[in-house]
Amino acid sequence: MKDQIRVHDVSVSYYGNPVLVDVSFTFTSGNLIGILGPNGAGKSTLMKAMLGLIPNDKGSVEINGKPIKEVRKQIAYVPQRSNIDWNFPITVKDTVLLGTYPKLGLFHRPKKEHKEWAMQCLEQVGMADFANQQIGELSGGQQQRVFLARALAQQADIFFLDEPFVGIDVSSEEVIIGILKLLRDEGKLVFVVHHDLTKVKHYFDELVLINKNLIAAGPVQEIFTTENMTRAYQRPFSMVEGSEVPL
Amino acid sequence: MIDFIHDLQTYAFLQKAFTTSIMVGVICGVIGSFIVLRGMALMGDAISHAILPGVAISYMLGINYFYGAVLTGVLTAFGIGAITQNSRIKSDSSIGLVFSAFFALGIILINRAKSATDLTQILFGNVLAVRTSDMWLTLAIGGLVLLVVIIFYKELLISSFDETMAAAYGLPTRFIHYAIMFLLTLVTVASLQTVGVILVVSLLITPASTAYLLTNRLSVMVVLSAIFGALSAVIGLYFSFLYNMPSGPVIALVTTALFVLAFLFSPKQGLLVRKLKSANRKRYA
Repeated sequence: MKDQIRVHDVSVSYYGNPVLVDVSFTFTSGNLIGILGPNGAGKSTLMKAMLGLIPNDKGSVEINGKPIKEVRKQIAYVPQRSNIDWNFPITVKDTVLLGTYPKLGLFHRPKKEHKEWAMQCLEQVGMADFANQQIGELSGGQQQRVFLARALAQQADIFFLDEPFVGIDVSSEEVIIGILKLLRDEGKLVFVVHHDLTKVKHYFDELVLINKNLIAAGPVQEIFTTENMTRAYQRPFSMVEGSEVPL
Repeated sequence: MIDFIHDLQTYAFLQKAFTTSIMVGVICGVIGSFIVLRGMALMGDAISHAILPGVAISYMLGINYFYGAVLTGVLTAFGIGAITQNSRIKSDSSIGLVFSAFFALGIILINRAKSATDLTQILFGNVLAVRTSDMWLTLAIGGLVLLVVIIFYKELLISSFDETMAAAYGLPTRFIHYAIMFLLTLVTVASLQTVGVILVVSLLITPASTAYLLTNRLSVMVVLSAIFGALSAVIGLYFSFLYNMPSGPVIALVTTALFVLAFLFSPKQGLLVRKLKSANRKRYA
């Protein structure tokens, strides 16, 4: 069965200032979806609203017709790197192991099989050699891979990644996008808040383009146009292949 | 030292002080680890000061100081939370705002209620005056705190490290925050006799910070912190007994001495060790 996520008329405000206004879209599993928009457009807010982490003024987010609160264990979230305390006393291995917590539930501790599973996930992102290091000792790209491994360990159906490609090396970026495409091919639903416009066409199947309001949502070829991007970024736009930038 | 061990075997009051010190050191170390990692050190200081009016009111009413202290401790935690969430005041300012008010009220009430010597004891601790009922109270609180930390270790770990993920999979992160505040209040109340209101924060923060410099695993940090806390408390007791000093300041200085050692010589984080390593690198570069 295909999973479906439906965002309907979602509005969010901070201290009375609207951040998102009447955003609606629907996607089904087997898609890699980019969430795009200029700085302050409400990309991270949209993701947090979809995860049920912040209250919305109105609207609803449903997965297969159920409110998000009932299906939380199907969802994995990779936070922005800047939101993590990299000095926290935790090893790479134990960070990935956190991914098994949601399904373990209260009162159950991770056992040998969970630890082995965490190591498998770590191998998948090519970070097994770093298992016993403290997370702060890694480079930005390596840290991001470890957090992707943690998301993999959650065995989720829907993945949310907040700016995973910011400040990381090329090879880490390749590893990460490779795995995300693999997840998509396995029929998962993957949302990525994204900044760098140059690789949009190569990375994503579908786009959500926002700037407080929804500008457009749908297949990349239809959405990623000069007209839409100009509306989203509110200035003229160059769409030369490989160097799409606001002018 | 031998004399101390002999006296420990002889005097019941010393045994009570000894048992209480160890338990206080352990639970301060354990809860302190989470306080330090969650960036709530100032909150620990605030709650410990803010229980003072509760202690005073308890004296006035002739009930165990435990009840009043827990009540004002919890009120403080909620008061700080309420100001931070409902105004533009930042959390460190609202902490300072609330606890200074409570502390001021506490000093006035204590002065009205009892003589100044009692105030000194509450402020700076007098572990040798621990009564049997205080010891049992400390042991009970200690048992509860340790039990909660052991049972919910997993949840404490993830909500301290990545609160967003914890919330995303459905953990009640705000409840966890207030639960930790509540445990912190209990620990502070239990530490009242040993270190006193003013210096509880040293036993909460310093052993945990020392342990933080020595390990890359939370579980090890918690255990080390508990050991450093207990060690400091017992050494504090020893000096207090031998030289008739208030136990709180002695304990605070011992925790600091341990911290300085770790700060300089920790294998990974130590200042001297890092300097030596970079000097070596330069030499062979």
